[in-house]
Amino acid sequence: MIHSVIAAATEWVSPQVDYHALAPEIILATGLCVVLLADLFLDESRKWIISSLTGFTLLGAMLPVLTLGLSESSVRSMFDGRYVVDEFSVVMKAMFLIAGYVVVLLSTKHVEEDEYWQGEYWFLLLSSILGMVMMTSSRDLVSIFVALEFLSIPAYMLAAWRKRDIKSNEAGMKYFLLGVFASAVMLYGMSLLFGAANSTLLVDLGKSITATGGLSALHALGIVFVIVGFAFKVSAVPFHSWAPDTYEGAPSPITAFLSVASKAAGFVALVTLLFVAFPQASGVWQPFMWVLSVLTMTVGNVVALRQTNIVRMMAYSSISQGGFVLMPLAVAGMSEVSASALRSVVVYMLVYAATNLGMFAVIIAVSRKTRSGEISSWGGLFSYAPGLATLATIFLASLAGIPPLGGWIGKFTAFQSLLSSGSGWGYALALIGAVNSVVAFGYYGTIMREMWMKPVPDGDTTRVVVPGSLALALGITCVATLVFGVLPGVATHFGDIARITGAFGG
Amino acid sequence: MEMLRDHNWMLSVGTFLPLLGVLLLLVVPKANEQLIKKVALFTSIATVAVGVWTLFRFDFGNAGTMQFVDEKTWIPLIKSSYYIGLDGISLPLYFLSMVITLLVVIYSLDHIPSPGNPKAFFSLMLVLQTGMAGTFIAQDLILFFVFFELVLLPMYFMIGVWGGENRQYASLKFFLYTMFGSALMLVAFLALFFKTGAESFAIPYLVEHGGALAKNVQIWIFAGMFIGFAVKVPMFPFHTWLPDAHTQAPTQGSVILAAILLKLGTYGFVRIAIPVLPEAAKAWAPYIGGLAVIGIIYGALGCLAQTDMKRLIAFSSVAHMGFVMLGISTLTSFGMTAAMFGMVAHGLITGMLFFVAGSVKERYHTLEIARLGGILKQMPHLGWILGFSCMASLGLPGLAGFWGEFPAILSAYSPAAGLNETVFRVYMVIAALGTVLAAAYLLWLFQRVAFGEPKPEFAGGGHGHDDHAFHDVNKFEWFAWTPLLIAILVFGVVPNLMFKVLDPAVQVVLSGFKG
Repeated sequence: MIHSVIAAATEWVSPQVDYHALAPEIILATGLCVVLLADLFLDESRKWIISSLTGFTLLGAMLPVLTLGLSESSVRSMFDGRYVVDEFSVVMKAMFLIAGYVVVLLSTKHVEEDEYWQGEYWFLLLSSILGMVMMTSSRDLVSIFVALEFLSIPAYMLAAWRKRDIKSNEAGMKYFLLGVFASAVMLYGMSLLFGAANSTLLVDLGKSITATGGLSALHALGIVFVIVGFAFKVSAVPFHSWAPDTYEGAPSPITAFLSVASKAAGFVALVTLLFVAFPQASGVWQPFMWVLSVLTMTVGNVVALRQTNIVRMMAYSSISQGGFVLMPLAVAGMSEVSASALRSVVVYMLVYAATNLGMFAVIIAVSRKTRSGEISSWGGLFSYAPGLATLATIFLASLAGIPPLGGWIGKFTAFQSLLSSGSGWGYALALIGAVNSVVAFGYYGTIMREMWMKPVPDGDTTRVVVPGSLALALGITCVATLVFGVLPGVATHFGDIARITGAFGG
Repeated sequence: MEMLRDHNWMLSVGTFLPLLGVLLLLVVPKANEQLIKKVALFTSIATVAVGVWTLFRFDFGNAGTMQFVDEKTWIPLIKSSYYIGLDGISLPLYFLSMVITLLVVIYSLDHIPSPGNPKAFFSLMLVLQTGMAGTFIAQDLILFFVFFELVLLPMYFMIGVWGGENRQYASLKFFLYTMFGSALMLVAFLALFFKTGAESFAIPYLVEHGGALAKNVQIWIFAGMFIGFAVKVPMFPFHTWLPDAHTQAPTQGSVILAAILLKLGTYGFVRIAIPVLPEAAKAWAPYIGGLAVIGIIYGALGCLAQTDMKRLIAFSSVAHMGFVMLGISTLTSFGMTAAMFGMVAHGLITGMLFFVAGSVKERYHTLEIARLGGILKQMPHLGWILGFSCMASLGLPGLAGFWGEFPAILSAYSPAAGLNETVFRVYMVIAALGTVLAAAYLLWLFQRVAFGEPKPEFAGGGHGHDDHAFHDVNKFEWFAWTPLLIAILVFGVVPNLMFKVLDPAVQVVLSGFKG
């Protein structure tokens, strides 16, 4: 047996590896080893070095992403097209790295002041980000699955970070069980697809759909299962039930991370699959996306209206925002719409990431003083912390999609892409989206009202101390939110991706 | 279309100067209220100075032509650009928004409503000013939309933070109504964009190509815009946010709301909906006219039933905006010019009435009509200013209100070709009845509030603890009000000052209807 392995090994030819293209992943992988080792050798008083190391790793990984973005050859395909670095993946990689960096800034003080060891925290965080970065380039069912697990498993553990807190345990457990369940469903779907196409390469999947002269039942079933799996990941209704509990129980910076980066990673995979593997099967997934989108934004919104805990409200808000991201996908199968649908998803995610992280930064800062998650504890914030209240107002208004703050351009591009389809379904969905964006103000407005118009609940108006790292995070996200809103050309410039490499027909 | 591009920096400076003031305000410490007031005052004076300079530079002989046109790339991906310009329709409103903001700032120097915090108050006011001015110069639908929405949040906070007892309910209602309208408006804008070939959001481009759309497509797109603009005007039956918002808003908020914000809606009809979609406008006109006269009568009856002075003035806005919309719905240059005049006149007069209401409230701590009385005896200046404004508001010839109302009614006698004359003549008669009711409720208000003897509870000079409870009009109020009073009189005596600016521009707007 050993003999046959050696024989196979001699036949094995090393594949072409483009180290420039893989540099971000390599830096991240090296960084997470360093972080893990450093934790062993640093004594308690110098643990803060680890968080800085994590931050530097992420910034270091940004460098090759920048050079990749600027380099001439825009598409670098490796391993027979299973791992591709193109415009889409570079933009998304940059987003994950910057979002990760902001999460590090959010975590620094939070973890330091907590009662738990902090070493693994940073290691797990980096692992998860590495998984996301890999997801952007995966163009094969296997690598998508590996990336997905790579980003999910550390996230399960991070959600259960505060191990002596029952809520945190619940958060991690729910997230884990439902996540694994979703993975299983997805894997089953993938196996069906593999059976139908005899290949795991996404491009081959697409070809097999046309080659067999139409869509087979096996394809359709496989596609539905895979989409359901990712619907869990992006917490689309009715697969959202884990999100509010997980968000509430997890440490706040991790909640921010889950609601932004983890969700975006799910969308990245979903978009890659729809555009590269199943463009010919739009008859299957378009109606599915339509229903999913309507349910997600409507249910997310309506339930959010009833929340009294700010993190739970933000959880439902992020569910409903996911519905808006899904909107253009309901018409993305039409060849003349697909490009604008892709752009809209990317633009929406960029803006949403900046805004939502910013809002969580404010929540973390405020809860340092109020020690409460109730919305009523935000009463009169404007009277004693006008800066934070103004920032929160900016982020909330952006989430609600009010110009001239970032959120509107995301919603706008989504509407634009829906209406460009010219189909009745597109128009109907746009109208539902429009109504929903008004309803959403109901709960974003609740927080604003609390901050601006209500009295301070306990009369305690001590200043809110914002640590430097948190201030930096607030600064980054606020500037991004404003710039995206006033000069939307910046967001649309990065979102102007003609197509995902390997997409069918290209 | 011919355009003048000289001095095109002027509009941008005039629009964004208030934001510069906001930035300055941000660095001034909250405690230094004197400096905050100075910065706000100086900013709004500088803004008006730019506005005056714009008036000087404006080529009145070419009022129908877009002037000071500037076009810069903004969002290339969605083919929207920073495209601005000013013509005879925009000019009065653009300048009015600057002047009103300055007057409101002057008034606020002495009247910061509770709970104080002039820094935030003035910042919001200046942001509001940028949004208002920007809406009137935008020549691109997306730019228009962004400015149109920019006014929402500041007004929401102004009502919600500095407003009356029921302020939270009123501010949320205001916000949700307006946002609902603008969401549908945005969908309509996008539909228009794609139906005209997805080439551009520029209004001139759309005016050129919108007319070629099939009639039923136009009607649907118009429906979306109609809801967006009609909520803002507000037209019956979308008006229910207005009485609440006005009643609860602080004086400054009410003045800005009445004088400028309501005009964003009517301006939208004149600038966008009607010229871009002429066929739909014809189809919709009888319904718009119908809702307008319902608004006139409903608003007037509402006024007669009010017990609160401010709420009464708010309902009178519904009636007055009904006259404006009636003028617009005739689709004639006569009616539309009257409507534009009516917009400015209503801005001046109702703004003035809200100022007076605010000062009455400050002195008597109530606006309950039944508790007021004898203002003319206690404060003759304030009483006479109230009387003057009421006369102007009911459309007394010789004052500005007349020239908005009377021609608007007259224009309904012969609406544009293709519209049913009988229907519009019926509207004319109903609207004329509305003026009688207007005289009734305004004179009755004046009589109850200003005539007679002061009520016993106030006869002694008001609440002892408040020193200037019954001081007549003070110098801040004189400074803020005199320009409005003069303007009401001047435009009443020489209406041609404004008609000659408006008319050529209205002709251009309606050029799609000839032939």
